[in-house]
Order: sequence, then C-alpha cells, then structure tokens
Amino acid sequence: MEEEMHTDAKIRAESGTGSSPRGPGCSLRHFACEQNLLSRPDGSASFLQGDTSVLAGVYGPAEVKVSKEIFNKATLEVILRPKIGLPGVAEKSRERLIRNTCEAVVLGTLHPRTSITVVLQVVSDAGSLLACCLNAACMALVDAGVPMRALFCGVTCALDSDGTLVLDPTSKQEKEARAVLTFALDSVERKLLMSSTKGLYSDTELQQCLAAAQAASQHVFRFYRESLQRRYSKS
Amino acid sequence: MKETPLSNCERRFLLRAIEEKKRLDGRQTYDYRNIRISFGTDYGCCIVELGKTRVLGQVSCELVSPKLNRATEGILFFNLELSQMAAPAFEPGRQSDLLVKLNRLLERCLRNSKCIDTESLCVVAGEKVWQIRVDLHLFNHDGNIIDAASIAAIVALCHFRRPDVSVQGDEVTLYTPEERDPVPLSIHHMPICVSFAFFQQGTYLLVDPNEREERVMDGLLVIAMNKHREICTIQSSGGIMLLKDQVLRCSKIAGVKVAEITELILKALENDQKVRKEGGKFGFAESIANQRITAFKMEKAPIDTSDVEEKAEEIIAEAEPPSEVVSTPVLWTPGTAQIGEGVENSWGDLEDSEKEDDEGGGDQAIILDSIKMDTGVEVSGIGSQDAPIILSDSEEEEMIILEPDKNPKKIRTQTTSAKQEKAPSKKPVKRRKKKRAAN
Repeated sequence: MEEEMHTDAKIRAESGTGSSPRGPGCSLRHFACEQNLLSRPDGSASFLQGDTSVLAGVYGPAEVKVSKEIFNKATLEVILRPKIGLPGVAEKSRERLIRNTCEAVVLGTLHPRTSITVVLQVVSDAGSLLACCLNAACMALVDAGVPMRALFCGVTCALDSDGTLVLDPTSKQEKEARAVLTFALDSVERKLLMSSTKGLYSDTELQQCLAAAQAASQHVFRFYRESLQRRYSKS
Repeated sequence: MKETPLSNCERRFLLRAIEEKKRLDGRQTYDYRNIRISFGTDYGCCIVELGKTRVLGQVSCELVSPKLNRATEGILFFNLELSQMAAPAFEPGRQSDLLVKLNRLLERCLRNSKCIDTESLCVVAGEKVWQIRVDLHLFNHDGNIIDAASIAAIVALCHFRRPDVSVQGDEVTLYTPEERDPVPLSIHHMPICVSFAFFQQGTYLLVDPNEREERVMDGLLVIAMNKHREICTIQSSGGIMLLKDQVLRCSKIAGVKVAEITELILKALENDQKVRKEGGKFGFAESIANQRITAFKMEKAPIDTSDVEEKAEEIIAEAEPPSEVVSTPVLWTPGTAQIGEGVENSWGDLEDSEKEDDEGGGDQAIILDSIKMDTGVEVSGIGSQDAPIILSDSEEEEMIILEPDKNPKKIRTQTTSAKQEKAPSKKPVKRRKKKRAAN
C-alpha cells in the first residue's frame, strides 16, 4: 500500500507520508525522533509526525535573571518560533499552553532559583502542530535530564462534519474539520494535562475524542520508550 | 544567560596550537568542515549543516505592490534569526550587534550582487510584483554563521518554486500548484561567503573558524564569491591590517573553496529533484539517519478506537450533572452588570485600621453613588432599592453622606456598620445581598 501512494508525488505532497482515508480505524502518521542533535543546548530533540516537524532545544537548569527568579522552584520558559515571519499572538498562546503542560510535570522544586528554557522551532507544518511541539518538548526535556514526574505527549483529533473522528490530522483535514481538539496526556495514568480546542462539538464527542486520544497516547508512549531503550540499552 | 567566558589557558592553548599549524578538530588550515544539505517536503525549505553549525532556510513568496521608485522589479527580503537555542547567550535583546552585522552582510552578498533576476518577478508593472522572502534560522552556533547562512539562503532560493502566473491583457491568472507546476526563480549565479579568521595581527590565518577559534581571533575577512571567480562582497572586520598580497591570496583560496561548495550544492539539488520526480520518499524524515542510536522511527500505527463510544457513554453516565448555576444577571446601571454573588470574604473580622477606614469610606461612597443613579435600573428581587433600608438597619440613625476625604471620625462610625455586613470588600453591593439572605 505504501508503494501506491508514492507513485504520484503531487498527491503525496498534500497527504504526507502516511494518510489513506482514515475511517473508524484511525491511525497515527509515521513518527520519527532524533535526540541530542545540537551541540550547544543541554538537550535537543527533533520530532516528526508525518510531514510536520518541530525542533526543540532545552537549556537548564541554568542561571536566571533576578527579576524572573522564583524562590522555591525553577522558572520555566517556553519560546515558540514560526518558520516564516515574526512570532505573533498565536505563538504566544501556544507557548502558554506548552508552558502550563511542562510546569505540571517538571519537578521545579528540585532546582529553585534556576531557569529552564524550552525553545521550539517549527521546521515544517503539515497539521497537528501543537501536538508535535508537545512531543518535541518532552523528548528534549528527557534529553536534557530535567527531572520530571511523568512524561507527556500531545494528540490531536479532528471531527469532520459527519462526526467522524480522525487522529493526527493533516493540514487539509484540519481545515475541513468542524472541530479540532488537542490534548496533552501524562504517561502515568493517561490523565489530561492540557486541552485546547477549536470549533463546535458536543460533550459526548468531547469524551469520545478524549478516549481516542488516550488510546493513541499508548502508542506515543511506546514510541518514547522504544526510542529511549534504543539509546540507553547496552546491546 | 551570560556568555561563559573563555579561560586564559584555553585561549593560550588555542593560539599556541594555531602557531604550530594545528587545529583542535584535526583540520588543515584551508579545510572546510563537512557540509550536509537536506531538503524538506515543501519547496524552498532546506537545512544546512556546516560541521555542527546548523541553519534552516525557508523561502516564501507573496504578491505585493512594488516599491515606488522600482516599479518593474520584484522585492527581495532577507531575515536571519539567531534562535535562542543556538547559544545560551542569544537572548532577544542581547544579540543586536552580531545580528545586524550578519544580516547586513547577507543582504550585500545576495541583494547587491543581483544574483536573483528581480525583473522576472514583475507581474503587472507598477501594480503587482512578487515579494520573495528568505527566512534563515540558526539552530546551533558552532562558528562561521555567515558561511552556513549564505549557503542555506542560496540553496533555498535555488530549490524554491513560485506559483505560475499568466497575464492576458488586463487579466492576471494565478495558478495553484495543482493546476500548473510551480516555476523556479531565475538565478544568475550563486554567491557564497567564505570566512577567514586572522590571528596574531594577521600572521596566521584559518578558513572556516569554529566557535572556539572565533573567540580568540583578531579579525575576520569575509569574501563572497561565485564559481565564475567574481567577488560579490568583501568585508574585513576586527581592525586587523592586511597586506594586499594577503587579501589576494585569500581570494584565490576562496575561489577554490567556492567551486567545491557550488558543486556540492548542485549535486544535492539534483538528487532532490531526482527523488521527487521518481516519486520516492523525500523530506526531513528521510534525512534522519537510521543507524544512529539517538534516532528512532516508527511507521504508521493504526489505533483501535472501537470502544471509544462505549467509554464516552460510560463516563457521561457516571458523571455528576453540572451543578445548578443561577445566572440571572443584574443590571445596575447602563454598562454595569453583575452575575453571581461572589464568595464570602474569608479574611474574617478585621480590627479598625486606617486602611480599612479608607476602604470603608470608599465603598460606602460607591454604594451611595449607585443609589443616586437609580433611574432606569432593572432590579430582580434585591438591589439598590433596598440599600436605604439597610442603611437604616445600622446603628447610626442619621443618614451620613460620605466622601472619601471626609473626616475620619464619621467614617469610623460608619465602618462598624460596614463590619456587621462582613467587613469591607471590593464589592459592597454583594455584601448587602448576603445580609439580606441571612435575614
């Protein structure tokens, strides 16, 4: 099935490396992650979901400006830069969402009066950008060795006009969807850390999307585990 | 974050090594680091790695009105950003000198050399031209940013395809990529910057300095050249004094290096084009090496969402219904509405204090004002109508009109009644309602 999709480059350009029409059997796109690819930051990770790619760099725990210092925990800062143009309000709002997620899991009290900076750069955007940013941030924090109480992952669901649920939508699917919901889930009990939604949906649909995201997060956490096992195992 | 200072012994070590013609990474004096170019899925996106220095380049285009004094030429815009992840010292306010210098050099190299044909970017003279925007982001700073950035810029420009446009008389048709294949930019030549670092007042020189070598260098000479051995830009900074034959020698070396780099770029562009034409996999996902232990890939994973609906039903059935919210809004005056009653003041009884007096006085004043502006106020059940009644409940018989700067004695007496109504709070009207509820 993969070969069929690759014969026509034009269609591929919009559908990405792994999306056939997804029905009740939803699927996540092809994932790839590379850690420690930059030499200057303490931790760095590049996370790819289909054609969406985000690069994250983490500095920390490091020196903090006295004005931003918190006496009993680390100051967490998230910076998100778009690929084209200057950062705007959408980036600021995403930064806040990611920061809230990170603050919930990072054990800041172990490093008081320090700063942990997460810098995210959008390398290419082909749908599910916020989820990809969350995943890249988590992998970069792990690479930097920042103490956390759990790992977290981001999953995006899109609901189209007839109520079909699509996980990990491409930009075309996001544009045509009635509602797009992004959830950040933690790895210990799959609890919800952050949710950001856009569009119209009922509360039943919300619970369905959340349940689907929890099922998808199993795969993402398995991916994290396998990629870290590959890196740290002795064989 | 402040830049970590370079220790004296490290500085001395580097300089001594350079005097002995040795470099820390084992390169020769005129050797470049490994250059690796990878392309993304959209046209005009590339990442260039010069050793560990990594730059992302992206080209985008837009139809705009041309500049007034250049009505038939397109517009080129270059922007190099030093991302905060590139070095701990790169903070938004701090890198201005370096940033301006790099941006200016890049502009001179690419714009003033006229490597892009701007006349071909004109669609309708005087009305619509293409604005080509090149955004470069530095991801990792390991020296020689300008070389990496210039390579990224020219590669991205060569790789980019703009939408096709046709003009028939007065009609301009812009074709989407699906309708007609996008068209490459018309590029005359490829200028590439080569940097030379000088040490010990020009005695020793190194090509492609890395970050440590840049820290100890005396001066930098940047020559932008194309493969036809034409110098596009030349800049010497740092205040070193160079002899004429030194500069000529550097330009000869630059000629050789530029030829090699141009060949590499053309080969990379050709490879990418071949892969796209044959329908193979392209993009950043493919350029992640499979053999590295720090890289991991997972193919498309199907998710079983069949039990999602049952789970959702379960959760909704078990969940408590949302609590009753009485949300009758109260409109005090046109433009001032209130929903809800707020929470009870949890500070408890406060002793008389100056601050409290002022607050009490202020609050009272507000209440009285609202009573005065009574006309046309919609009230449901409770409201300012009752305020005079409550006032009479207080220990004070007489009606005291308060102003915030009134003498404290009067205010204090009024405050005791205020305290009865559960201590001054920011919303005095709500307090009144609470008292009514208690009654």
